[in-house]
Amino acid sequence: MSYDQPDEHGHFGVYGGQFVAETLMGPLALLTEAYQNARRDPDFQAELAADFRDYIGRPSPLYWARRLSAEVGGARIYLKREDLNHTGAHKVNNTIGQALLAKRMGKKRLIAETGAGQHGVATATVAARLGLSCAIYMGAEDIVRQAPNVRRMRLLGAEVVSVTLGSRTLKDAMNEAMRDWATTVDDTFYVIGSVSGPHPYPMMVRDFQAVIGREARAQILEQEGRLPEALVACVGGGSNAMGLFYAFLEDQGVALYGVEAAGAGLDSGRHAAPLTAGAGRGVLHGTRSYLMFDGDGQISGTHSISAGLDYPGVGPEHAWLKDSGRAHYVAVDDKAALAAFHHLTRLEGILPALESSHALAYAEQLAVKLGPKAAIVVNLSGRGDKDVETVAAHEGTVSCHG
Amino acid sequence: MSRLKTVFSKLKGRRCALIPFITGGDPAASVTTPLMHALVQAGADALEVGMPFSDPMADGPAIQMGHQRALAQGVTTQAVLQMVADFRRDDKTTPVILMGYVNPVETMGYDVFARRSSEAGVDGVILVDLPPEEAQVWRAAASGVGLDTIFLLAPTTTGDRIASISAASSGFLYYVALKGVTGAGHLDVGEVEAKIASVRAVTGLPVGVGFGIRDPESAAKLARVADAVIVGSAIVERIAQAASPDEAVRNAAAFVRSLRAALPTREASPA
Repeated sequence: MSYDQPDEHGHFGVYGGQFVAETLMGPLALLTEAYQNARRDPDFQAELAADFRDYIGRPSPLYWARRLSAEVGGARIYLKREDLNHTGAHKVNNTIGQALLAKRMGKKRLIAETGAGQHGVATATVAARLGLSCAIYMGAEDIVRQAPNVRRMRLLGAEVVSVTLGSRTLKDAMNEAMRDWATTVDDTFYVIGSVSGPHPYPMMVRDFQAVIGREARAQILEQEGRLPEALVACVGGGSNAMGLFYAFLEDQGVALYGVEAAGAGLDSGRHAAPLTAGAGRGVLHGTRSYLMFDGDGQISGTHSISAGLDYPGVGPEHAWLKDSGRAHYVAVDDKAALAAFHHLTRLEGILPALESSHALAYAEQLAVKLGPKAAIVVNLSGRGDKDVETVAAHEGTVSCHG
Repeated sequence: MSRLKTVFSKLKGRRCALIPFITGGDPAASVTTPLMHALVQAGADALEVGMPFSDPMADGPAIQMGHQRALAQGVTTQAVLQMVADFRRDDKTTPVILMGYVNPVETMGYDVFARRSSEAGVDGVILVDLPPEEAQVWRAAASGVGLDTIFLLAPTTTGDRIASISAASSGFLYYVALKGVTGAGHLDVGEVEAKIASVRAVTGLPVGVGFGIRDPESAAKLARVADAVIVGSAIVERIAQAASPDEAVRNAAAFVRSLRAALPTREASPA
């Protein structure tokens, strides 16, 4: 049976859908129609393919991390090098696609929410390239912890709007971007950065990111002569994981692992792991999915050392994949992610993003479990240059107090 | 006949209804019920009470802050239902509409929320982020206990959706007067008038207008074309600026009185 999610209304089983104020229903219908037309248009696909190659630098390599694999002492660990993309993360695969669509729809302005700032940078980048104006919403707390990316966005000509309400992180940035969009729908295109939000975003972002898995599948077949035992990717909203998993969904022998942020520990309540912690089903930001909220339905505060994973919800397709048993979800805490950050840096000379470090930490455990005959593909979704100050500050704290 | 129907049929051809909005539990849980009575005395024909939510995406800064103030006091959805029940003990006639977001309602359960709302004396419910396409379960729960389901129409709503949204609605239709969030400042009365005409072509339901009505002057203008004007942010701002709960009640009531005084009365329906 072939995989054909979502249905025409954007539902992945009971998840997904369109939970937005009426003002946005018309614009979402227009967007869905424009995307469906673009998807079938060979000219659009050719333009996208050319940009992937010449602007982003695709295909990104699949790199066998020999020293890391040897040190861990288990399966061969391969890294899908999305960190080598222009702008330094997988986010640009999606912003290129959405910006081409925005241009096709005659929009003059792009807006986006950002957590770690990678999606903000990737949106500001494509806005500069296409001559579109650009506003990026970012939580006040994230503006502090991801300062280098804020400077990059401003250099690219974007206005970075500090969001000071609520928890001052990604969730609140998304609220504010949706408010902007409701006000400016005529000329503005909202570039959502993850496989979340109302339909058609989860499907559209997945489709643009699916290039990761298509390439990885061909590359591992070439290098190993067979498919890997497992894929591992970090999950905040879940776009890099969905992008890697999608081409492998019907390869039942390939286990799929999504790694959430356990923050200070699942038991502490200070985490961002709705799938792993067994949170309830809820509705936020236009979609129904697993979601962290209290007994009154108020959305919970979250914590992760990585701003890009610090989000109480998750894309609806991951909720569907969890319930169907096709993918497994686990969580890695701040400390283990930091350790994995250092391992890769010192053993392979690659600074991974703190988000991707969560996937690396779990891959190390899994490699031991699967043993030396196995092969694992890890999505190295972004580079860690933006996190150098966070790591230094955190370890400064640890050494002062511990 | 439902309380909403009674009010609209009483005012039909005579005057536009005035519906003030306040957030339940803002600035404090103990203030809401007295505030509701004060607004009725000041001339409100129905009341809209917001159920606080941590992430009110369709609201501008004034009402966001109202939600935050209420949540900071520990006000829950259940607590707001209790405030309505307290109000209903002394006021059997003024319709009360709850406005909120879907996650707290789903968390309580649609059936439980509908039953408790009905028992508390709520007349209708607006769930901002639940369009009719996703509302089958909610509509069944609400109609089972006689609650009106009020859906929104917006400037971006297309012709075929106006018909399907009207069919899913009861009590009245809520026309969002502008592209944007509550409390915005770019209301275009001419545009609203044209859109309301197209709404009336497909439905006999009363049409209320809200978002962006900030003063007696704009209320009076929209009162000529709408069956109800809904004023929220401008009231919530006055509550926020007050130095004490008593002053909040006085200021909100004085403002509602000025809105009510501005609403034109009609001799008889010219049409």
